[in-house]
Amino acid sequence: MFNEVYDVIVVGAGHAGSEAAAAAANMGSKTLLITMNLQNIAQMSCNPAMGGIAKGQIVREIDALGGYSGIVSDTSAIQFKMLNKSKGPAMWSPRVQSDRMRFAEDWRMLLENTPNLDFYQEMVSGLIIENHKVVGVKTSLGITVKAKTVVLTNGTFLNGLIHIGDKNFGGGRAGERAATGITEQLVDLGFDSGRMKTGTPPRVDGRSLDYSKMVEQPGDDVPQKFSFLDITKPLIEQRSCHMTYTSPEVHDLLREGFERSPMFNGRIKSLGPRYCPSIEDKINRFADKDRHQLFVEPEGWNTVEVYVNGFSTSLPEDVQFKALRSVAGFENVKFFRPGYAIEYDYFPPTQLQHTLETKLIDGLYFAGQINGTTGYEEAASQGLMAGINASLKVQEKEAFTLSRSEAYIGVLIDDLITKGTEEPYRMFTSRAEYRTLLRQDNADFRLTPKGYKIGLASEKRLKRMEEKQKASDNFVQFFRDTSVKPEEINPILDANDSSLMKQSDKMFKIFARPNITIDDMRKVESVNDYIVDNNLDDEVIEQAEIQVKYSGYIEKEKNNADKLSRLENIKIPKDFDYSKLKSMSMEAREKLNKIQPVTISQASRISGVSPSDVSVLLVYMGR
Amino acid sequence: MQSIYYFCGMIQNDTIIALATPSGAGAIAVIRLSGIDAVKLVSENFQSVTDGKKLSSQKTHTIHLGHIVDGKKTMDEVLVSIFKNPHSYTGEDVIEISCHGSPYIQQEIIQLFLRKGCRMANAGEFTLRAFLNGKLDLSQAEAVADLIASDNEASHQIAMQQMRGGFSSEIAKLREELLNFASLIELELDFAEEDVEFADRTQFSDLIDRIIFVLKRLIDSFAVGNVIKNGIPVAIVGEPNVGKSTLLNALLNEERAIVSEIAGTTRDTIEDEISIGGIGFRFIDTAGIRETQDVVETIGIKKTFEKIEQSQVVIYLFDVSNSIEKLDQVSVEIWKIKNKYPQKPLLIIANKIDKLDDNQLASLQETIPEVKLLSAKTGFGVEQLTNSLLNLINTGALRNNETIVTNTRHYDALLKAFEEIQKVKHGLDSGLSGDLMAIDVREALYYFGLITGEVTNDDLLGNIFANFCIGK
Repeated sequence: MFNEVYDVIVVGAGHAGSEAAAAAANMGSKTLLITMNLQNIAQMSCNPAMGGIAKGQIVREIDALGGYSGIVSDTSAIQFKMLNKSKGPAMWSPRVQSDRMRFAEDWRMLLENTPNLDFYQEMVSGLIIENHKVVGVKTSLGITVKAKTVVLTNGTFLNGLIHIGDKNFGGGRAGERAATGITEQLVDLGFDSGRMKTGTPPRVDGRSLDYSKMVEQPGDDVPQKFSFLDITKPLIEQRSCHMTYTSPEVHDLLREGFERSPMFNGRIKSLGPRYCPSIEDKINRFADKDRHQLFVEPEGWNTVEVYVNGFSTSLPEDVQFKALRSVAGFENVKFFRPGYAIEYDYFPPTQLQHTLETKLIDGLYFAGQINGTTGYEEAASQGLMAGINASLKVQEKEAFTLSRSEAYIGVLIDDLITKGTEEPYRMFTSRAEYRTLLRQDNADFRLTPKGYKIGLASEKRLKRMEEKQKASDNFVQFFRDTSVKPEEINPILDANDSSLMKQSDKMFKIFARPNITIDDMRKVESVNDYIVDNNLDDEVIEQAEIQVKYSGYIEKEKNNADKLSRLENIKIPKDFDYSKLKSMSMEAREKLNKIQPVTISQASRISGVSPSDVSVLLVYMGR
Repeated sequence: MQSIYYFCGMIQNDTIIALATPSGAGAIAVIRLSGIDAVKLVSENFQSVTDGKKLSSQKTHTIHLGHIVDGKKTMDEVLVSIFKNPHSYTGEDVIEISCHGSPYIQQEIIQLFLRKGCRMANAGEFTLRAFLNGKLDLSQAEAVADLIASDNEASHQIAMQQMRGGFSSEIAKLREELLNFASLIELELDFAEEDVEFADRTQFSDLIDRIIFVLKRLIDSFAVGNVIKNGIPVAIVGEPNVGKSTLLNALLNEERAIVSEIAGTTRDTIEDEISIGGIGFRFIDTAGIRETQDVVETIGIKKTFEKIEQSQVVIYLFDVSNSIEKLDQVSVEIWKIKNKYPQKPLLIIANKIDKLDDNQLASLQETIPEVKLLSAKTGFGVEQLTNSLLNLINTGALRNNETIVTNTRHYDALLKAFEEIQKVKHGLDSGLSGDLMAIDVREALYYFGLITGEVTNDDLLGNIFANFCIGK
């Protein structure tokens, strides 16, 4: 059936697989997307939302590079919020509530309209390897498909085991079967594998809830959006979420089921994420807290199904049901499906290169939960990078990687391949050294030129970014060049409790003061005239404001990042043998031999490698 | 992640400083600066004897007489040598300041430049830079690597030794407080959506004030601490010819020239300053306390007790080769000292043990159980003695329960941490957003990390997950 040799085969069509397939195909690679069920492309297996703190920045980065997650997030959004708006601009984090079904549908439509992309529904049960190089895949029906590269994005499906109370059964997601064969083959090939755990809460019938007992949580008054392109528009109408709380009574009911909980009776052995604990874990670990927040999130514009965020659980379904019925507003709740925990195989990501290609098998890439991460955004960004690099490899072009000072995606991948992860890895802003540089507002400045260069981001995208940059730079320069007289600015300063001016001065200095916003500055006639004359939109104005107000910090981090890049430039030869470096500690030699860092900088981030070990390494790498 | 700052410095040619001559007292000492601002920094703090002569406009490989000044205060008369890149040891701009040899002056000058923006050089860093700039042959790589590794180990050991007792626990506590502070800030940044109680600004202010208070005290303790300034007075009680000067030379490590003589006119007391493990010790020679009829020597005994009175440590040194038959007499003298100064740490040292046979050795150890064996000539027991001296510092035997910073590297780190903390305080006062304050907090944490070991972002997240119920 398959006679041609594909450039790229993507196995799995979740967030990682969909981005990988789209990127590879858009870059001109003949691509095949194989998944077990084509009805389930780009499923949101857990909460119906995209973005959030640090994650929203990642979606913006994906969009800036030319991925699809931002566009789909916009078209399927039912609510938009810019989180952390009261903090500095590096913390502003976009998040949408999504229409789960529309999200998947829009993704499928986008993929179907992507040139060079074929689809096939089957379970891939093995890889075809020749001389440590992947040359295709085998399916469970015995079909073989040839390919130059393969991207594995198996999510939670590899030997997935679902737990609900004392019952457990194989499955990759509720109602879908697990994938078998691949782990075993990879382990035979010499890969290390491990198990991880995650969980999801019950979905319930929204018509059975009493929202009057909950607190309404509406979206932003002025919603924004993810994509830097103008093909999507901000929401006009929005749906609200609701918030309610558990109680001591609920906790008591949950505790009754503890002995049948796979979390506590030892049936689940693998590690789940500390920042996404199940409800039983929360009441067990934080016993002094007598209530926990629950967020009731609609699953779409039209469906009555709602998602009970905060109630992730693997307790028996009767316990889940009884306990949830004691929650305010849930007295008459009807379940659509109970919550469950799932264990699955992953491959410690230290076995990967920065391109997400495995060190062991040439042409084989891993992306998403198979690498021990959690989250749609983390998965999607890895898929994008794997798809890009698989495509570049086929085209025999230089690999594409992002540094820690360029993107959260860079931080994510570098953390994974350098440090590995013991629990499902989620992005936090505090994982980034230079978060002031990695803002959601400038993801296009940072990444669109790069995305364009590799042939992924469109010319239109680049043009838009360049126009925005030029307009905002000019506006900043206007503040640097233009003075304001005390009589004009002092009333504004006075109103903001800011010290008054004695003589004319450049407006940049005044604007840079805390408490002085663009709205204040607009009261100065020349500023308002400039905005009107140049027809500046909100995005440009906001960009200029950020650059003026935070210039000191941005400069400081830029300088630090520049210093870092010097270390990034000192490359370590491939397959360097550290065991001969006797002046280095034994632990450092072992770790370095295992991880094989590409640069001195990466070496310094490996745990167990001390500054003195790096000094020694520096000496060997010479000048 | 934090260690990256460390290497950035190396690559960045930031200006480093260190004593180039062995630490301790000598006739002169050489302080070396290397890096991009070396000439500028020294120039700004140098007053030539020739009016109006600016160091910054002088040629390479020239020497200039003048004074190191801190504002209006003159610190020392010095000779400054200029080596401009690439014709210097490191290949960068290098300044060598030849100053007078007192540890006090050395430290004052180094501290001045640390305040002006220099960084204390890491172990082997001058050599490393020389190598990286192509000043050393590639075949020397192994040697340089070994040097760095061993120097690091040595300096680490010394630092660890100095960190026992009050200092380390105080620093650890301070770091924990700061980590807490950082975690609280990160909590409200990364977990703004969570149902946890965020610290308010007053709590932050209190925490920062407390950190500033302790930091300031620690920094001041270095500035005023007698330890580095004057050295710890150690009285050496012993007859002439028991080997005092041989011992001092052994402590000074072989090849070093002998020692300054501070009160040199009358021969009754000679003071020698020696730095051991970065701590100054002032050795005071005394005549011994052997009972005698001689009037002059009786006066000598009185003087000896005066010196013991002024000292913080007493070393009783005797020549075991000629007193092995008179150990009773030695015991009596030891008892006298102990009886008179029961609180004063006393080290009893038998010198010239290379001249004893096994039986004599056994009898010595039986008669005086706490005796330490030494052969100043062969070097046997010298290391044990230096360890004993350092142990007295570390166990707090010489302190009044007050934590004193004694290590210049620690001082440097504390100073830099203090600067960053000041910025945090300013940020708090002006209502700065947490993500921006976090930049300064992270740098402060890095400087603490230089003293206590590494700190990583994972620490912050671990701290948050351990203390707060996070996650929907």
